[in-house]
Amino acid sequence: MHNFDFKKPSSVTELTTMMTSYGRDARLLAGGTDLIVGMRSGNLRPAVVIDAKKIPTMVEIKLENDGLTLGAATSCRRIWENRQVADIYPALIDSASLIGGTSIQGRASVGGNLCNASPSADSVPTLIVMRAVATIVSSRGTRTLPVKDFCLGPRKNVLADDELLLQLHLPPPPKHSGGAFNRFIPRNEMDIAVVNAAAEVELDSSHTRFVDVRIAIGAVAPTPLFVSEAGNAIKNKPVNRETIDHAGDVAMSCAKPISDLRGTADQRRDLTRIMTIRALERAVRRAGGTVTYD
Amino acid sequence: MTDYTTRITTVINGQEEKFFCEPRESLLEILRDRLQLTGTKEGCNDGNCGACTVILDGVSVNSCCVLGVEAENATIETIEGLADGDRLHPLQQAFIRETALQCGYCTPGLIMAAKDLLAHEPLPSNERIRLWLANNLCRCTGYTRIIKAVAQAAKELHQKP
Repeated sequence: MHNFDFKKPSSVTELTTMMTSYGRDARLLAGGTDLIVGMRSGNLRPAVVIDAKKIPTMVEIKLENDGLTLGAATSCRRIWENRQVADIYPALIDSASLIGGTSIQGRASVGGNLCNASPSADSVPTLIVMRAVATIVSSRGTRTLPVKDFCLGPRKNVLADDELLLQLHLPPPPKHSGGAFNRFIPRNEMDIAVVNAAAEVELDSSHTRFVDVRIAIGAVAPTPLFVSEAGNAIKNKPVNRETIDHAGDVAMSCAKPISDLRGTADQRRDLTRIMTIRALERAVRRAGGTVTYD
Repeated sequence: MTDYTTRITTVINGQEEKFFCEPRESLLEILRDRLQLTGTKEGCNDGNCGACTVILDGVSVNSCCVLGVEAENATIETIEGLADGDRLHPLQQAFIRETALQCGYCTPGLIMAAKDLLAHEPLPSNERIRLWLANNLCRCTGYTRIIKAVAQAAKELHQKP
Protein backbone atom coordinates (compact mmCIF):
# COMPACT_ATOMS: atom_id res chain seq x y z
CA MET A 1 0.00 0.00 0.00
CA HIS A 2 1.20 3.55 -0.66
CA ASN A 3 2.36 5.77 2.18
CA PHE A 4 -0.29 8.07 3.67
CA ASP A 5 -1.06 10.12 6.76
CA PHE A 6 -3.82 9.09 9.17
CA LYS A 7 -6.09 11.47 11.09
CA LYS A 8 -8.85 10.79 13.57
CA PRO A 9 -10.80 13.95 14.32
CA SER A 10 -13.14 13.87 17.32
CA SER A 11 -15.66 16.50 16.23
CA VAL A 12 -17.53 17.40 13.06
CA THR A 13 -15.93 20.87 13.08
CA GLU A 14 -12.46 19.36 13.26
CA LEU A 15 -13.38 17.01 10.42
CA THR A 16 -14.80 19.68 8.10
CA THR A 17 -11.74 21.86 8.73
CA MET A 18 -9.55 18.94 7.64
CA MET A 19 -11.67 18.33 4.55
CA THR A 20 -11.34 22.02 3.63
CA SER A 21 -7.57 21.97 3.93
CA TYR A 22 -6.92 18.56 2.29
CA GLY A 23 -9.77 18.53 -0.26
CA ARG A 24 -9.39 15.79 -2.83
CA ASP A 25 -6.10 14.61 -1.29
CA ALA A 26 -8.12 13.18 1.60
CA ARG A 27 -10.42 10.17 1.80
CA LEU A 28 -12.84 9.54 4.61
CA LEU A 29 -12.56 6.12 6.27
CA ALA A 30 -15.74 4.50 7.58
CA GLY A 31 -15.72 0.68 7.33
CA GLY A 32 -12.81 0.60 4.88
CA THR A 33 -14.25 -2.32 2.92
CA ASP A 34 -14.07 -0.29 -0.28
CA LEU A 35 -11.36 2.24 0.63
CA ILE A 36 -8.71 -0.14 2.03
CA VAL A 37 -9.25 -2.63 -0.81
CA GLY A 38 -9.01 0.23 -3.33
CA MET A 39 -5.79 1.53 -1.77
CA ARG A 40 -4.22 -1.92 -1.72
CA SER A 41 -4.97 -2.44 -5.41
CA GLY A 42 -3.51 1.01 -6.15
CA ASN A 43 -6.77 2.42 -7.55
CA LEU A 44 -7.05 4.91 -4.69
CA ARG A 45 -4.03 6.87 -3.49
CA PRO A 46 -5.15 9.51 -0.98
CA ALA A 47 -2.37 11.43 0.79
CA VAL A 48 -4.48 11.52 3.96
CA VAL A 49 -6.99 9.02 5.35
CA ILE A 50 -9.41 10.49 7.87
CA ASP A 51 -11.12 8.05 10.24
CA ALA A 52 -14.69 9.26 10.78
CA LYS A 53 -15.60 6.73 13.46
CA LYS A 54 -14.35 8.69 16.49
CA ILE A 55 -17.04 11.30 15.90
CA PRO A 56 -20.23 10.32 17.80
CA THR A 57 -22.58 11.90 15.19
CA MET A 58 -20.98 9.76 12.47
CA VAL A 59 -21.75 6.46 14.21
CA GLU A 60 -25.05 7.07 15.98
CA ILE A 61 -28.39 5.36 15.47
CA LYS A 62 -31.16 7.66 16.63
CA LEU A 63 -34.77 6.55 16.48
CA GLU A 64 -37.23 9.34 17.26
CA ASN A 65 -40.81 10.34 16.44
CA ASP A 66 -39.66 12.08 13.28
CA GLY A 67 -37.84 9.00 11.99
CA LEU A 68 -34.47 7.31 11.99
CA THR A 69 -31.15 9.11 11.82
CA LEU A 70 -28.08 7.07 10.94
CA GLY A 71 -24.56 8.40 11.26
CA ALA A 72 -22.93 7.89 7.87
CA ALA A 73 -20.21 5.61 9.28
CA THR A 74 -22.59 3.36 11.29
CA SER A 75 -21.84 -0.25 10.44
CA CYS A 76 -24.43 -2.48 8.77
CA ARG A 77 -24.17 -4.89 11.68
CA ARG A 78 -25.05 -2.25 14.28
CA ILE A 79 -28.09 -1.46 12.17
CA TRP A 80 -29.34 -5.04 11.82
CA GLU A 81 -28.61 -5.81 15.46
CA ASN A 82 -30.96 -3.01 16.50
CA ARG A 83 -34.33 -4.67 17.15
CA GLN A 84 -36.34 -1.43 17.10
CA VAL A 85 -34.89 -0.40 13.76
CA ALA A 86 -35.55 -3.90 12.41
CA ASP A 87 -39.21 -3.71 13.45
CA ILE A 88 -39.85 -0.33 11.85
CA TYR A 89 -37.55 -0.45 8.80
CA PRO A 90 -37.36 -4.09 7.67
CA ALA A 91 -36.32 -3.13 4.14
CA LEU A 92 -33.21 -1.46 5.59
CA ILE A 93 -32.41 -4.70 7.39
CA ASP A 94 -32.89 -6.64 4.12
CA SER A 95 -30.08 -4.51 2.68
CA ALA A 96 -27.80 -4.19 5.71
CA SER A 97 -27.82 -7.93 6.36
CA LEU A 98 -26.75 -8.99 2.86
CA ILE A 99 -24.00 -6.54 1.95
CA GLY A 100 -20.97 -8.85 1.84
CA GLY A 101 -20.98 -11.32 4.74
CA THR A 102 -21.01 -10.98 8.53
CA SER A 103 -17.42 -9.79 8.88
CA ILE A 104 -17.91 -7.23 6.10
CA GLN A 105 -21.13 -6.04 7.77
CA GLY A 106 -19.22 -5.53 11.02
CA ARG A 107 -17.33 -2.71 9.31
CA ALA A 108 -19.13 -1.63 6.13
CA SER A 109 -21.48 1.33 6.50
CA VAL A 110 -24.64 2.31 4.68
CA GLY A 111 -23.22 5.82 4.28
CA GLY A 112 -20.07 4.41 2.69
CA ASN A 113 -22.15 2.23 0.40
CA LEU A 114 -23.96 5.37 -0.78
CA CYS A 115 -20.80 7.51 -1.18
CA ASN A 116 -19.08 4.72 -3.09
CA ALA A 117 -21.86 5.25 -5.67
CA SER A 118 -21.70 1.82 -7.22
CA PRO A 119 -24.61 1.14 -9.61
CA SER A 120 -25.15 -2.18 -7.78
CA ALA A 121 -24.99 -0.76 -4.22
CA ASP A 122 -27.37 -2.87 -2.15
CA SER A 123 -28.49 -0.23 0.33
CA VAL A 124 -29.20 2.60 -2.10
CA PRO A 125 -32.48 1.40 -3.72
CA THR A 126 -33.80 0.83 -0.19
CA LEU A 127 -32.77 4.31 0.98
CA ILE A 128 -34.43 5.77 -2.12
CA VAL A 129 -37.82 4.09 -1.62
CA MET A 130 -37.71 4.91 2.11
CA ARG A 131 -37.35 8.59 1.06
CA ALA A 132 -34.03 8.92 2.85
CA VAL A 133 -32.43 12.36 2.96
CA ALA A 134 -28.67 12.86 3.09
CA THR A 135 -27.17 15.54 5.34
CA ILE A 136 -24.02 16.90 3.70
CA VAL A 137 -21.61 19.13 5.61
CA SER A 138 -18.53 21.21 4.94
CA SER A 139 -16.96 24.18 6.67
CA ARG A 140 -19.17 26.28 4.36
CA GLY A 141 -22.33 24.91 5.95
CA THR A 142 -24.90 22.13 5.82
CA ARG A 143 -27.20 21.03 3.01
CA THR A 144 -29.70 18.22 2.62
CA LEU A 145 -30.47 16.20 -0.48
CA PRO A 146 -32.81 13.27 -1.21
CA VAL A 147 -30.72 10.09 -1.61
CA LYS A 148 -32.30 9.51 -5.04
CA ASP A 149 -30.29 12.52 -6.29
CA PHE A 150 -26.99 11.63 -4.57
CA CYS A 151 -25.30 9.37 -7.12
CA LEU A 152 -24.26 10.84 -10.46
CA GLY A 153 -22.61 7.87 -12.17
CA PRO A 154 -20.43 4.86 -11.39
CA ARG A 155 -18.21 5.95 -8.44
CA LYS A 156 -19.40 9.55 -8.82
CA ASN A 157 -21.50 11.41 -6.27
CA VAL A 158 -22.61 14.97 -5.60
CA LEU A 159 -20.05 15.69 -2.87
CA ALA A 160 -17.68 18.60 -3.52
CA ASP A 161 -14.03 18.08 -2.55
CA ASP A 162 -14.52 19.71 0.86
CA GLU A 163 -17.88 18.06 1.60
CA LEU A 164 -18.80 14.83 3.37
CA LEU A 165 -21.90 12.78 4.10
CA LEU A 166 -22.70 13.25 7.79
CA GLN A 167 -26.04 11.49 8.29
CA LEU A 168 -28.93 9.78 6.62
CA HIS A 169 -32.46 10.47 7.76
CA LEU A 170 -35.37 8.13 7.07
CA PRO A 171 -38.87 9.44 7.82
CA PRO A 172 -41.25 7.17 9.75
CA PRO A 173 -43.06 4.72 7.46
CA PRO A 174 -46.72 5.71 6.87
CA LYS A 175 -49.57 3.59 8.30
CA HIS A 176 -50.45 0.43 6.34
CA SER A 177 -47.10 0.55 4.58
CA GLY A 178 -44.32 -1.95 4.06
CA GLY A 179 -40.94 -2.02 2.38
CA ALA A 180 -38.68 -4.73 1.03
CA PHE A 181 -35.40 -5.17 -0.83
CA ASN A 182 -34.07 -8.14 -2.75
CA ARG A 183 -31.41 -8.91 -5.29
CA PHE A 184 -30.36 -11.61 -7.70
CA ILE A 185 -26.89 -13.13 -7.36
CA PRO A 186 -25.61 -16.46 -8.68
CA ARG A 187 -24.62 -17.57 -5.17
CA ASN A 188 -26.77 -17.37 -2.05
CA GLU A 189 -24.54 -14.86 -0.26
CA MET A 190 -21.38 -12.79 -0.64
CA ASP A 191 -21.79 -11.54 -4.17
CA ILE A 192 -22.48 -8.39 -6.13
CA ALA A 193 -26.01 -7.91 -7.41
CA VAL A 194 -26.73 -8.75 -11.05
CA VAL A 195 -29.93 -6.77 -10.43
CA ASN A 196 -31.49 -5.50 -7.20
CA ALA A 197 -34.79 -3.83 -6.41
CA ALA A 198 -36.51 -2.17 -3.47
CA ALA A 199 -40.17 -1.27 -3.03
CA GLU A 200 -42.19 0.58 -0.47
CA VAL A 201 -45.96 0.37 -0.68
CA GLU A 202 -48.64 2.24 1.19
CA LEU A 203 -52.03 0.50 1.15
CA ASP A 204 -55.52 1.73 2.03
CA SER A 205 -56.95 0.79 5.43
CA SER A 206 -58.50 -2.42 4.03
CA HIS A 207 -55.11 -3.40 2.54
CA THR A 208 -56.67 -4.04 -0.87
CA ARG A 209 -55.62 -0.95 -2.83
CA PHE A 210 -52.28 0.75 -3.44
CA VAL A 211 -52.29 4.32 -2.15
CA ASP A 212 -48.65 5.09 -2.89
CA VAL A 213 -45.83 2.96 -4.33
CA ARG A 214 -42.12 3.70 -4.68
CA ILE A 215 -39.77 1.42 -6.58
CA ALA A 216 -36.01 1.68 -7.11
CA ILE A 217 -33.76 -0.67 -9.09
CA GLY A 218 -30.01 -1.19 -9.15
CA ALA A 219 -27.23 -2.54 -11.40
CA VAL A 220 -29.28 -1.68 -14.49
CA ALA A 221 -28.12 1.90 -15.10
CA PRO A 222 -25.08 4.10 -14.29
CA THR A 223 -26.70 4.86 -10.91
CA PRO A 224 -29.30 3.19 -8.71
CA LEU A 225 -32.55 4.27 -10.33
CA PHE A 226 -35.72 5.64 -8.77
CA VAL A 227 -38.43 4.45 -11.19
CA SER A 228 -41.35 6.68 -10.25
CA GLU A 229 -43.15 5.58 -13.43
CA ALA A 230 -43.44 2.03 -12.12
CA GLY A 231 -44.85 3.11 -8.76
CA ASN A 232 -47.21 5.67 -10.26
CA ALA A 233 -48.51 3.12 -12.77
CA ILE A 234 -50.17 1.12 -10.00
CA LYS A 235 -51.31 3.89 -7.65
CA ASN A 236 -54.99 3.47 -6.70
CA LYS A 237 -55.03 0.04 -8.34
CA PRO A 238 -56.21 -3.10 -6.52
CA VAL A 239 -53.60 -5.21 -4.74
CA ASN A 240 -53.42 -8.27 -6.98
CA ARG A 241 -51.11 -10.20 -9.26
CA GLU A 242 -52.04 -8.28 -12.39
CA THR A 243 -51.24 -4.92 -10.79
CA ILE A 244 -47.91 -6.10 -9.43
CA ASP A 245 -46.96 -7.69 -12.76
CA HIS A 246 -47.73 -4.40 -14.46
CA ALA A 247 -45.36 -2.51 -12.13
CA GLY A 248 -42.70 -5.12 -12.96
CA ASP A 249 -43.19 -4.50 -16.68
CA VAL A 250 -42.92 -0.73 -16.27
CA ALA A 251 -39.78 -1.06 -14.12
CA MET A 252 -38.29 -3.33 -16.78
CA SER A 253 -38.95 -0.73 -19.47
CA CYS A 254 -37.06 1.87 -17.39
CA ALA A 255 -33.94 -0.28 -16.97
CA LYS A 256 -30.96 0.64 -19.14
CA PRO A 257 -28.61 -2.25 -18.40
CA ILE A 258 -25.31 -3.17 -19.98
CA SER A 259 -23.82 -6.61 -20.55
CA ASP A 260 -20.81 -7.45 -18.39
CA LEU A 261 -19.23 -10.40 -16.61
CA ARG A 262 -22.18 -10.63 -14.19
CA GLY A 263 -24.93 -10.83 -16.78
CA THR A 264 -26.21 -9.76 -20.15
CA ALA A 265 -28.43 -6.75 -20.73
CA ASP A 266 -31.33 -9.04 -21.70
CA GLN A 267 -30.97 -11.12 -18.55
CA ARG A 268 -30.86 -7.94 -16.48
CA ARG A 269 -34.03 -6.61 -18.09
CA ASP A 270 -35.84 -9.86 -17.25
CA LEU A 271 -34.43 -9.82 -13.73
CA THR A 272 -35.55 -6.22 -13.22
CA ARG A 273 -39.14 -7.33 -13.75
CA ILE A 274 -38.76 -10.34 -11.46
CA MET A 275 -36.89 -8.55 -8.66
CA THR A 276 -39.42 -5.70 -8.74
CA ILE A 277 -42.32 -8.13 -8.50
CA ARG A 278 -40.72 -10.00 -5.60
CA ALA A 279 -39.90 -6.78 -3.73
CA LEU A 280 -43.49 -5.62 -4.19
CA GLU A 281 -44.94 -8.94 -3.02
CA ARG A 282 -42.86 -8.91 0.15
CA ALA A 283 -43.59 -5.20 0.74
CA VAL A 284 -47.34 -5.87 0.40
CA ARG A 285 -47.16 -8.71 2.92
CA ARG A 286 -45.26 -6.51 5.36
CA ALA A 287 -47.92 -3.83 4.91
CA GLY A 288 -50.54 -6.35 5.99
CA GLY A 289 -51.89 -7.13 2.54
CA THR A 290 -52.05 -10.35 0.54
CA VAL A 291 -51.37 -10.89 -3.13
CA THR A 292 -54.21 -12.80 -4.74
CA TYR A 293 -53.47 -15.34 -7.45
CA ASP A 294 -56.48 -15.52 -9.77
CA MET B 1 9.23 9.83 2.23
CA THR B 2 7.46 11.11 5.35
CA ASP B 3 7.31 8.59 8.16
CA TYR B 4 3.83 8.48 9.68
CA THR B 5 4.63 5.67 12.11
CA THR B 6 2.71 5.89 15.37
CA ARG B 7 2.66 3.89 18.59
CA ILE B 8 -0.54 1.94 19.13
CA THR B 9 -1.80 0.37 22.35
CA THR B 10 -4.27 -2.52 22.21
CA VAL B 11 -5.37 -5.51 24.24
CA ILE B 12 -4.85 -8.73 22.30
CA ASN B 13 -6.11 -11.99 23.80
CA GLY B 14 -6.27 -10.35 27.21
CA GLN B 15 -2.72 -8.95 27.13
CA GLU B 16 -1.83 -5.32 26.61
CA GLU B 17 0.17 -5.02 23.40
CA LYS B 18 2.01 -1.93 22.20
CA PHE B 19 3.38 -1.74 18.71
CA PHE B 20 4.68 0.73 16.16
CA CYS B 21 2.55 0.97 13.06
CA GLU B 22 2.52 2.80 9.77
CA PRO B 23 -0.99 3.87 8.68
CA ARG B 24 -0.65 1.75 5.54
CA GLU B 25 -0.17 -1.48 7.49
CA SER B 26 -3.27 -3.62 7.89
CA LEU B 27 -4.19 -5.15 11.22
CA LEU B 28 -3.44 -8.51 9.58
CA GLU B 29 0.12 -7.42 8.77
CA ILE B 30 0.57 -6.11 12.32
CA LEU B 31 -0.63 -9.37 13.85
CA ARG B 32 1.46 -11.60 11.64
CA ASP B 33 4.60 -9.60 10.90
CA ARG B 34 5.06 -7.33 13.92
CA LEU B 35 3.53 -9.46 16.68
CA GLN B 36 4.26 -12.93 15.25
CA LEU B 37 0.65 -13.99 15.80
CA THR B 38 0.70 -16.09 12.64
CA GLY B 39 -2.40 -18.14 13.50
CA THR B 40 -4.41 -15.54 11.60
CA LYS B 41 -4.00 -16.29 7.90
CA GLU B 42 -3.76 -14.14 4.80
CA GLY B 43 -5.88 -15.41 1.93
CA CYS B 44 -7.33 -13.04 -0.64
CA ASN B 45 -6.32 -9.83 1.15
CA ASP B 46 -9.48 -8.07 -0.06
CA GLY B 47 -12.28 -9.14 2.25
CA ASN B 48 -13.65 -12.08 0.29
CA CYS B 49 -12.23 -15.23 1.87
CA GLY B 50 -12.38 -14.69 5.64
CA ALA B 51 -9.08 -16.46 6.42
CA CYS B 52 -7.95 -13.39 8.38
CA THR B 53 -11.09 -13.09 10.54
CA VAL B 54 -10.45 -11.80 14.07
CA ILE B 55 -12.80 -10.36 16.68
CA LEU B 56 -12.34 -6.61 17.06
CA ASP B 57 -14.22 -5.04 19.97
CA GLY B 58 -16.67 -7.93 20.00
CA VAL B 59 -17.34 -7.97 16.24
CA SER B 60 -15.79 -10.37 13.72
CA VAL B 61 -13.96 -8.50 10.96
CA ASN B 62 -11.58 -9.24 8.12
CA SER B 63 -8.28 -8.04 9.59
CA CYS B 64 -6.95 -7.40 6.05
CA CYS B 65 -9.60 -4.67 5.73
CA VAL B 66 -8.73 -2.92 9.00
CA LEU B 67 -5.80 -0.53 9.37
CA GLY B 68 -3.49 -1.26 12.29
CA VAL B 69 -3.80 2.35 13.41
CA GLU B 70 -7.57 1.87 13.78
CA ALA B 71 -6.89 -0.64 16.54
CA GLU B 72 -5.81 2.04 19.04
CA ASN B 73 -7.42 1.15 22.41
CA ALA B 74 -9.25 -1.78 20.82
CA THR B 75 -9.74 -5.25 22.22
CA ILE B 76 -8.75 -7.96 19.77
CA GLU B 77 -9.26 -11.72 19.93
CA THR B 78 -7.31 -14.05 17.65
CA ILE B 79 -7.11 -17.82 17.38
CA GLU B 80 -4.07 -17.84 19.70
CA GLY B 81 -6.26 -16.66 22.58
CA LEU B 82 -8.84 -19.44 22.40
CA ALA B 83 -7.23 -22.39 24.14
CA ASP B 84 -6.94 -22.35 27.92
CA GLY B 85 -3.36 -23.57 28.30
CA ASP B 86 -3.36 -27.07 26.85
CA ARG B 87 -7.13 -27.27 26.89
CA LEU B 88 -8.59 -26.45 23.52
CA HIS B 89 -11.72 -24.32 23.21
CA PRO B 90 -14.92 -26.35 22.57
CA LEU B 91 -15.00 -24.99 19.01
CA GLN B 92 -11.45 -26.22 18.39
CA GLN B 93 -12.27 -29.61 19.93
CA ALA B 94 -15.41 -29.94 17.80
CA PHE B 95 -13.46 -29.10 14.62
CA ILE B 96 -10.99 -31.89 15.41
CA ARG B 97 -13.68 -34.38 16.45
CA GLU B 98 -15.72 -33.77 13.30
CA THR B 99 -12.67 -33.50 11.02
CA ALA B 100 -14.01 -30.11 10.00
CA LEU B 101 -10.75 -29.28 8.26
CA GLN B 102 -8.31 -30.70 5.76
CA CYS B 103 -5.57 -28.23 4.85
CA GLY B 104 -6.56 -26.06 7.81
CA TYR B 105 -5.83 -22.70 6.23
CA CYS B 106 -9.39 -21.38 6.65
CA THR B 107 -9.83 -22.87 10.13
CA PRO B 108 -8.64 -19.97 12.35
CA GLY B 109 -10.91 -17.55 10.50
CA LEU B 110 -13.86 -19.93 10.61
CA ILE B 111 -13.44 -20.57 14.32
CA MET B 112 -13.20 -16.86 15.16
CA ALA B 113 -16.29 -16.10 13.05
CA ALA B 114 -18.12 -18.98 14.75
CA LYS B 115 -17.05 -17.76 18.19
CA ASP B 116 -18.59 -14.37 17.43
CA LEU B 117 -21.81 -16.08 16.29
CA LEU B 118 -22.12 -18.20 19.42
CA ALA B 119 -21.44 -15.19 21.64
CA HIS B 120 -24.52 -13.51 20.18
CA GLU B 121 -26.73 -16.47 19.23
CA PRO B 122 -25.98 -19.41 21.55
CA LEU B 123 -28.00 -22.05 19.66
CA PRO B 124 -28.16 -21.07 15.99
CA SER B 125 -29.91 -23.23 13.39
CA ASN B 126 -27.77 -24.92 10.73
CA GLU B 127 -29.13 -22.44 8.21
CA ARG B 128 -28.10 -19.56 10.44
CA ILE B 129 -24.59 -21.01 10.87
CA ARG B 130 -24.27 -21.32 7.09
CA LEU B 131 -25.37 -17.75 6.53
CA TRP B 132 -23.10 -16.38 9.26
CA LEU B 133 -20.07 -18.24 7.90
CA ALA B 134 -20.73 -17.29 4.27
CA ASN B 135 -17.85 -14.83 4.58
CA ASN B 136 -15.39 -17.72 5.18
CA LEU B 137 -14.34 -19.80 2.22
CA CYS B 138 -13.13 -23.40 2.55
CA ARG B 139 -11.88 -25.25 -0.52
CA CYS B 140 -11.46 -28.65 1.13
CA THR B 141 -14.31 -29.77 3.32
CA GLY B 142 -17.50 -28.92 1.46
CA TYR B 143 -18.63 -27.13 4.66
CA THR B 144 -20.95 -29.86 5.99
CA ARG B 145 -18.54 -30.96 8.71
CA ILE B 146 -17.81 -27.35 9.64
CA ILE B 147 -21.51 -26.66 10.17
CA LYS B 148 -21.79 -29.82 12.24
CA ALA B 149 -18.78 -28.89 14.38
CA VAL B 150 -20.12 -25.41 15.10
CA ALA B 151 -23.55 -26.81 16.01
CA GLN B 152 -21.93 -29.34 18.37
CA ALA B 153 -19.74 -26.73 20.03
CA ALA B 154 -22.82 -24.54 20.45
CA LYS B 155 -24.64 -27.31 22.31
CA GLU B 156 -21.64 -28.01 24.48
CA LEU B 157 -21.08 -24.36 25.37
CA HIS B 158 -24.78 -23.95 26.06
CA GLN B 159 -24.86 -26.89 28.48
CA LYS B 160 -21.91 -25.56 30.49
CA PRO B 161 -22.95 -23.75 33.65
